[in-house]
Amino acid sequence: MSRLPVRKTYKLFIGGEFPRSESGRTYEAEGQNVARASRKDVRDAVRAARGAFGKWSGMTAYNRGQVLYRIAEMMEARRAEFANFCSGPKEVERSIDRVVWYAGWADKLAQVLGSSNPVAGPYFNFTVPEPTGVVGILAPPEPALLGLVSRVAPAIVGGNSVVVVASEPHPLAAVELAEVLATADVPGGVVNILTGRLEELAPVLAGHMDVNALDVSGADGEVAELERLAAENVKRVVRGDADDQSPWEIAGFLELKTVWHPIGV
Amino acid sequence: MTELERKQDRAPIPSGWEYATAPESREIVQLRERYGHFVGGEWLEPKESYATIDPASEEPLAEIGQATDEEVGLAVSAAREAFENGWSALPGSERAKYLFRIARVLQERSREFAVLESLNGGKPIRESRDVDLPLAAAHFFYYAGWADKLEYAFPNRKPQPLGVAGQIIPWNFPLLMLAWKIAPALAAGNTVVLKPAETTPLSALLFCDVLRQAELPPGVVNIVTGDGRAGAALVKAEVDKVAFTGSTDVGKAIQRELAGTGKKLTLELGGKAANVIFDDAALDQAVEGIINGIYFNQGHVCCAGSRLLVQESIYEPVISKLKRRLQTLRVGDPLDKNTDVGAINSRAQLEKIEELVRSGEEEGAEIYQPPCRLPEKGYWFVPTVFTNVAQSYRIAQEEIFGPVLSVLTFRTPDEAVEKANNTPYGLSAGVWTEKGSRILSMAQKLRAGVIWANTYNRFDPSSPFGGYKESGFGREGGRHGLEPYLKFE
Repeated sequence: MSRLPVRKTYKLFIGGEFPRSESGRTYEAEGQNVARASRKDVRDAVRAARGAFGKWSGMTAYNRGQVLYRIAEMMEARRAEFANFCSGPKEVERSIDRVVWYAGWADKLAQVLGSSNPVAGPYFNFTVPEPTGVVGILAPPEPALLGLVSRVAPAIVGGNSVVVVASEPHPLAAVELAEVLATADVPGGVVNILTGRLEELAPVLAGHMDVNALDVSGADGEVAELERLAAENVKRVVRGDADDQSPWEIAGFLELKTVWHPIGV
Repeated sequence: MTELERKQDRAPIPSGWEYATAPESREIVQLRERYGHFVGGEWLEPKESYATIDPASEEPLAEIGQATDEEVGLAVSAAREAFENGWSALPGSERAKYLFRIARVLQERSREFAVLESLNGGKPIRESRDVDLPLAAAHFFYYAGWADKLEYAFPNRKPQPLGVAGQIIPWNFPLLMLAWKIAPALAAGNTVVLKPAETTPLSALLFCDVLRQAELPPGVVNIVTGDGRAGAALVKAEVDKVAFTGSTDVGKAIQRELAGTGKKLTLELGGKAANVIFDDAALDQAVEGIINGIYFNQGHVCCAGSRLLVQESIYEPVISKLKRRLQTLRVGDPLDKNTDVGAINSRAQLEKIEELVRSGEEEGAEIYQPPCRLPEKGYWFVPTVFTNVAQSYRIAQEEIFGPVLSVLTFRTPDEAVEKANNTPYGLSAGVWTEKGSRILSMAQKLRAGVIWANTYNRFDPSSPFGGYKESGFGREGGRHGLEPYLKFE
């Protein structure tokens, strides 16, 4: 007698936990019922991200790099599952390698993007990159896994916490990634993943007053209204690439802080 | 308080000191009766005009053009033509030499510009002479050197100019803000249309004569004048980049206007900076830093240290020293070399300051103003300190942009960080302590783009400047200040 497989419930990922949508709604995608997040879920996710920001941004860069590398390790262990939720093993491998690539950036950003500034006076003056805070990410519809990883990794490696709206047609890779993150030493709330209708969730994220930056890489064409909403608290708006790796992708989510101190005896 | 300090408190107040006036001559400035817009290297006769005044006397100085949409469009076309017909193809080393020339001419004519800056803006001549002018020239000198080294600033990224930059600047540092905008834009190979502030157009218009002397090709820099309508027209015009320094409200409106256009934008907006004084700070130095932080340029400074956070254990001596120091500030004629605090830039700004100060009194804060004789004509405001300020008061939340300090207290470093960061702004912050590890810890935790530790209000062309949160995005100054004017492959 063949065994009946145990199915998975596809839920949200907020503050390190896996709740259903508070609205009790789902939608069908890739043959599964997937949680359909509400505006309230967005707000809860932003609150979780803000709560996690201090700890994550306060970790040493070396430590953050190790956590990212740990994500890659956990992904490697789930290669087969991931391959079912994207274009196949090649995309999974590229995604894992991309996470490793970004992991290595954590403790190099300050040296590449920062500077020591020779001001005309008796002052020591230096500039360091710092995370901008909570970043809202509209993940590209596809590639389902590589697009998601290409947007999330550069945002978190610099110390930001993120709220991601997963690809609406291909959300399962994101849910799978959430399960990886939950077991990869990523502090709860650093990455929050919502599945649901982009049209419903994107404006809420874009207009949220406690979100510091908005990545519109996954917005379908019409970004003007989202950018208008983002202006309400002067959000940094990033239009990133769904398949690119570069330190400049990280820089879009960073602030530059300049510190002065007198030199004297 | 020490015994000595108690004694000093009873000493005669220093505002009894009399100074002979030491006015700087305004002979050096030759103004025309009326000015047009500077478009394509020529003066364009404006269709509409208004009078710009000396805020210290309310006397008109000259008639200034109020640019129409069409005139702004002409300036943008001139900039586009200059970009396409020569400037963008000019080797960086040649662009550099133009910028070096501009820096030198500014140095040569610095006294003239300093007097004009004080005349039109109301700032003390000591500041325009010793801060605005040297820094403006230094900015051109600094970016001149980058013009032929862009590929070293951005290795492997093939930096290219954007095209035409539309730039809108405020009235608090008219020529310096012009330098902050124009120098990196030209170094990167762009051409510009710049709109100076409505109340302070004269130094930008005199700058056109510097461009003539430097023989900058026509159309590379265009200046249009007028109020916010001209600025709005420039934002909507066919420019590739907008750079704005000014209020957060206008910045948000610009960001909304540009939504979906893909135009590059940098915003340098308001602030409500905390200046944090710990109990182990060198108090006399800290008091000088507080004074410089909030009364420099009449407090018309986006990064002004307008919220003083004092550790409770030293509250009394700090306030007593601060009040005593306040009594020595000389308010009056901007052209007098003794003057510490000049004229408020405009009637509108004076009214805004007065309104916020009233709200402070109504909400329950305690006001202190030193005895002070103000000139009869012109716009003036006595340097003011508010104590007993709650974080919720408007004077602790809103940018006053005037010589008004709000004092709050804290007990622990954590509380200082919490209060300092409790604002939608994030432009700058100050920290005063003799403990090095505490400076670095505070510098890490304060969410602001510029941290001054045991100093305040220092600026340098090599030092990136700009905000976190609602204080804007993008940096001006340093290698980082080039990036907003470039595109990459």
